[in-house]
Amino acid sequence: MAENQSPAIETHGLRKVFGDKVAVEDLSLKVERGEVFGFIGPNGAGKTTSVKMLLGLIAPTAGTGFLFGEPLRNFHVRSRVGFLPEHFRFHDWLSAGEFLSLHADLYGIDEKTKKQRIPELLELVGLAEFSNRKLREFSKGMLQRVGLAQALLNQPDLVILDEPTSGLDPVGRLHVRDIIRGLRDRGAAVFLNSHLLSEVEITCDRVAFVKHGVVVQTSPLHTLMEEEILVEIRLRPVLPEVVSGLSQWSQKVEADGEVVSLSLTSEEDIPAINRYLLDHGVNVYALQPKRISLEDQFIRIIGMDGGL
Amino acid sequence: MALFTLTKLTFREASRRKILLAAVLLGVVFLVVFGIGFSVILNDYKAHTYRASASVLEQGENLILMAGLYAVNFLTVMMTVLTSVDTISGEINTGTIHTLVSKPVPRWQIILGKWLGFVILLTLYLIMMAGGVFLTSYLVSGYMPPNPVAGMVLLWLNAILLLSVSFWGGTRLSTLANGVMVFGLFGVAFVGGWVEQIGAFFQNQTAINIGIISSLILPTDALWKRAAFEMQTSISNALGLTPFSSSSVPSPIMVVYAVLYLVVALALGVRAFQRRDL
Ligand SMILES: Nc1ncnc2c1ncn2[C@@H]1O[C@H](COP(=O)(O)OP(=O)(O)OP(=O)(O)O)[C@@H](O)[C@H]1O
Ligand SMILES: [Mg+2]
Repeated sequence: MAENQSPAIETHGLRKVFGDKVAVEDLSLKVERGEVFGFIGPNGAGKTTSVKMLLGLIAPTAGTGFLFGEPLRNFHVRSRVGFLPEHFRFHDWLSAGEFLSLHADLYGIDEKTKKQRIPELLELVGLAEFSNRKLREFSKGMLQRVGLAQALLNQPDLVILDEPTSGLDPVGRLHVRDIIRGLRDRGAAVFLNSHLLSEVEITCDRVAFVKHGVVVQTSPLHTLMEEEILVEIRLRPVLPEVVSGLSQWSQKVEADGEVVSLSLTSEEDIPAINRYLLDHGVNVYALQPKRISLEDQFIRIIGMDGGL
Repeated sequence: MALFTLTKLTFREASRRKILLAAVLLGVVFLVVFGIGFSVILNDYKAHTYRASASVLEQGENLILMAGLYAVNFLTVMMTVLTSVDTISGEINTGTIHTLVSKPVPRWQIILGKWLGFVILLTLYLIMMAGGVFLTSYLVSGYMPPNPVAGMVLLWLNAILLLSVSFWGGTRLSTLANGVMVFGLFGVAFVGGWVEQIGAFFQNQTAINIGIISSLILPTDALWKRAAFEMQTSISNALGLTPFSSSSVPSPIMVVYAVLYLVVALALGVRAFQRRDL
């Protein structure tokens, strides 16, 4: 059946312009089922705007998009989608239990399922004792947790999270990480907007980098991490001609006192470099390959001036 | 249906935010004050118009009752606008709306569900207040005005009309701008109504036209005048210039116009909400 094949998210040239401000220039991406997709970029890059277009909260100026093969306008398909908005503001005169019950009603979940699922979800996000507490009395992180529970009410096939951990303590973040893993294991897709790159690094299968409303690069996380190896070598004596000879392996060679750092594309270069140095009468005291972090990649791809 | 979920939510909000409590408590205070005032004034009136004819007595009773209803109409207008002016724009502004409209629910159900919640609340309020005034009058002096049901329906229509205009505004304006707009329109209709009334007394056609145009801008004053016309004694109506009545009675066509106005305002509100970015 075609329905079963269609990806969780598919967009072609989605664009949003507010007045004369282009918030999203061209969003074209595909997120498969069972995939955790990280969507990262500087402030004002258009991440929230993109998410809102996916959920039909704002109408694209141009382009098309589909969730599970259904056009974004089709509200029925949202019965398979869970969403945690960026600014989790809810009806704060409701208790946590009432809040979840309200949203379960909007999903059309029957009373029996509700009675069972709501306590389970409160337990999952660590709010089991707070079912009767008014949201008005919740802390920021507690609101975010109950909002997350809300996004899971319908056992969604796609969960869209706009910075789900911005207000959470370390344990809360760990919970979220487990929840995301659980969703993936169940075959659900997760679309994750986040500034916490260490977290994206741990949870995501694939990441897209957005800048000024354009996806500048989409890569599977493992290739991204292996793409480049940063090596630091402590050596003596520092012979300028030998150091400049290192440029045959790397375009970027930097010397800082006795420490020379360079970036490689292949691990096999490391023993070769070692041999080269020894052959030229330079002693190697330390040779440390460093995996380059997502943060480094982010700066490299987006640049320091990427925001706003 | 999701529509009724929103209706229930609106109700629950009114009760949680103590709006229901405040309305009922102050409504009771209002009726008590009205009842005491009614009986004091009536006794005084009877004493001064010794051996008054039944029709003169009725005239006095009717005047007091209309004063009560005039206040009820005004309170209902305030209640309508103050409670509803923030319900759409406020939730858009805070982003509370995001978790609602991202559900598998068409947007028109969200807005109409809320609207229905307010309609029920205002209906109950009006039944309590206007019904209370009728009942008080009946208990104090055994007096009932002509056409109480028609009168109440017109007051109700007035409230629902303002509600729909405030919903329309809420889909496009900020809360404050919406409040300014609704009360501003109401003010235009109010002052236009007085210009028309005085103008009609002196048979000044320009003044009458100003009144008619302001009634077209917002037919709230026309609805009140029509309601007053239904419930006043024929003497008051013939006499013209009592504070609550009018020598130029809005025609039934104005009532039809008000209904159309209501429907169009609501439809425009729904359409604007369906289309706007949230
Ligand atoms: N309703 C709006 N009207 C006008 N401009 C808007 C509107 N919403 C967003 N923008 C602009 O569009 C751009 C993208 O905003 P968006 O909220 O999508 O960024 P973001 O990537 O989510 O940023 P952050 O990381 O800070 O959450 C910003 O420049 C913002 O000023
Ligand atoms: Mg954002």
